Amino acid sequence: MTALLEIRDLKAEIAGKQILNGYDLTVKAGEVHAIMGPNGSGKSTLSYVLSGRPGYKITEGQALLAGADLSQMSVDERAAAGLFLAFQYPLEVPGVATMTFLRAALNAQRKKRGEEEMSSPDLIKRVKELAKILDMDMEMLRRPVNVGFSGGEKKRAETLQMMLLEPKLCILDETDSGLDIDALKVVSNGVNQLRSKDRGIVVITHYQRLLDYITPDVVHVQSAGRIVRTGGKELALELEETGYARYQSEAA
Amino acid sequence: MGNAQATPARKLTDAEARLAEIFAMQQSASAPQLAKLRTAAFDAFAKTGLPNRRDEAWKYTDLRALLRDVKPLAAPPEDSAKQSARNAAVLEGVATRRLVFVGGYFVAELSDLGDLEAGLSVVSLSEALAKGDAAAMTQIGNVGEVDDPAFALNTAFMGEGVVIRVGAGVCVDRPIQLVFVAGAQPATYFLRSLVIVEKGARATLIESFEGETAQEYHVNAATEVVLEEGASLERLKISREGAAAMHVSTFVASLAADAQLSDFGFNLGGAVLRNQSFININGQGAHAGLRGANILKGKEHADATLFLDHAAERSESKALFKSVLDDSSQAVFQGKILVRPGAQKTDARMMARTLLLSEGAQANCKPELEIFADDVQCAHGSTVGALDENLIFYLMARGIPQVEAQSLLTEAFIGEVIDAVATRSVRDALSALVSERLRTR
Repeated sequence: MTALLEIRDLKAEIAGKQILNGYDLTVKAGEVHAIMGPNGSGKSTLSYVLSGRPGYKITEGQALLAGADLSQMSVDERAAAGLFLAFQYPLEVPGVATMTFLRAALNAQRKKRGEEEMSSPDLIKRVKELAKILDMDMEMLRRPVNVGFSGGEKKRAETLQMMLLEPKLCILDETDSGLDIDALKVVSNGVNQLRSKDRGIVVITHYQRLLDYITPDVVHVQSAGRIVRTGGKELALELEETGYARYQSEAA
Repeated sequence: MGNAQATPARKLTDAEARLAEIFAMQQSASAPQLAKLRTAAFDAFAKTGLPNRRDEAWKYTDLRALLRDVKPLAAPPEDSAKQSARNAAVLEGVATRRLVFVGGYFVAELSDLGDLEAGLSVVSLSEALAKGDAAAMTQIGNVGEVDDPAFALNTAFMGEGVVIRVGAGVCVDRPIQLVFVAGAQPATYFLRSLVIVEKGARATLIESFEGETAQEYHVNAATEVVLEEGASLERLKISREGAAAMHVSTFVASLAADAQLSDFGFNLGGAVLRNQSFININGQGAHAGLRGANILKGKEHADATLFLDHAAERSESKALFKSVLDDSSQAVFQGKILVRPGAQKTDARMMARTLLLSEGAQANCKPELEIFADDVQCAHGSTVGALDENLIFYLMARGIPQVEAQSLLTEAFIGEVIDAVATRSVRDALSALVSERLRTR
C-alpha cells in the first residue's frame, strides 16, 4: 500500500540557508505521528515546505502525498489533493467573511477534484455542527476570518476549517501554543474526531502536553533539520523528563 | 462682455477657442434669467482657460493637455438610443426611483416620477428653469464659493439635470437615482443638478453614469446640495463610463448645523475621471463622511480632489479613499482640510489607501491641512502597497486558487468603503459590481 506521506532524503532551504538536511518520514493512513524537537530544529519549516509556502525551496529529495510529488503542485493543488496545514499563527483576513472564505475553500477543492459543490444551506448546517463540537459561538463565524479572535479562538477556527475540509493528511503546527487547558481539550477532541483509517495526522509540538489528549502512534525527535530518533508514545514522556539537550549536542 | 477672450495673454488652445465659439452661439438661445449667470461663469473661465498642471488643484490631471478638442453639444437622442438606455445596468434590480437621461436629455418615458412621496419635489432642470423656479434660480451656482474652471464651464453650459427638494421633516426612504447614459455619438454633456434637503429631512441620491460606446465623449457634471439644519443626505455617485470617455464632476455641498452628509464616489471605468468635491461645513455639529473608491485598469486615470472647509464649531469630517490599480492605471488623491478661525473642536480625518496590482500602476496622494483654530483634531495619512503575500498563501493553503485569493482580498480591501453604504440592496449591488469588475481583469 502506498504511504499517505512519504518524505525521502529531503533537503530544503530558505533564502539560501539549508534548514532540512536529509529528512525521512513515512506516514501511513490511519496513523498519528508526533514530531517533537527543540526550537529552531526546522519543525515549522517542514510544514511550510510540504504546504508550498513561497520562499521555501526543495533542493534535493522528494515529498510524496499518496504517491504524488508535492513539489509539482501549487499550494492550492496540494490542499485539493488532501494536505491541510493548521497554522501555528493563523492569519487574520480583514474584510473576508468567514462563511465566504469557508465556501470558497471547500468548493474550490471540490471543483478541482471533480466533485459537486456544497450548497450554502448545507454548508451552514455543517459549520453549525462543527462549531458546536468546538464550543464556538456562531456569532464569531459571522465576523471576518479570525479578526479579533484570541489565540485560542484562532486555533478552534483552524480546527473547524480542518474538520470541514476533511483532508487526507493533517499537519498541526504547534497547535497547542497559546492554548489554555480547556481550549486544548476542545481542540484535541476535534482532532480526535478526525482520526480514521483513511487519514494521517502529523502533530508538530514542542511539549508533551498535547499528546496527553491526542495519543500518537509514533513519536519522532527532530533536530537540526532531520529526524534523529523514532519511537512509540513513551518517547514523548521520556523527552519530558530528559529534555532535548542530548539531541541538540548529538546533531551539532 | 460679448467676447470674453478679446485680449488673451496667451494663444488659446483649439478646445478653448471652440468652447468660446459654442458659448457665443448658444448664448442667444439661453433662457434670459440664466444668461447673466452663464456669462459671468464663462468670463471667469476665460480668465484662466482650461486648468493645467501648473494649477495646484489640477496638478495631476492636466485638462488643458487632455482636452484636445471639444465634442459638439449633444443633440436630442434618437429612439434607438432611448431603447438601449432601458438596459442601463448600474444598480439594475435595486428598488430606486429612476430618472433617466440619455445623451444629456431627460427621457420622461423611461423615468419614474409617479407617486412622489409627500413633501418631495423632483423636476428636470429645464422644466424648473422654464417655470422660473425662483428658489432654484437663486441657489444654482451659489451653494458654495467655488473658484474652479471646470465648474465655471458647467455653469456656463449647463444643459439638463434635476432640481430636487425634500420638504422639512420629510424622510424619503426610496433612493432617487439619476441614470445618465451616454448617447451613441461623440458629444459633450453638461449636466447640472440641485438638491435641497430642508430642515430635518432625509433622502438618498444616487447618480450613475454609464456608456457602452467606444466613442469618445465628454461629461461635465455638477451637483449642488444644500443641507439645512439637521438634514441628512446619503449620496452615491457611480461612474462606469465608456473606455474613451472623459468625465469631470463637481460636487458642492453646504451643511447647516447638525446636518449629515455621506458621500461616496465610485469609479469603475472611463479614460479620465475626476471627482472634485467642495464641502462647506457652515453649521455647528455637522458631520461629513466622504468616501471614494477606484478600481482601474489599462490606462485609466481617476482623480479625487477634495476641499473640506470647516467653518463651524464641533463639526466632523471623515474621509476615506481607496484605489485598486492594475496595469498602468493611475489614481490621484488630493485632499485639503481647512479649519477656519473659530471652528474649535473640529474633528477631521482623511485617509487614502492604494492597492497596486501591477508594477506599472501609479498613485499620487497629496493631503494638506490648513488650520487656524487651536483646539482641533486633524489627521491625514496615505498608504500604497501590494496584496499581502502571507494572506494569499493562507487562502491558497485552504485550496483557493491564486487568482480567486487575490480577488477575495481585493474585494475585502474595497469592501471597507462599500460597507458604509446604508441601504443593503445598494450595498449588495455595489459588491456585485466590484466582483464583476475584478473578475474581468
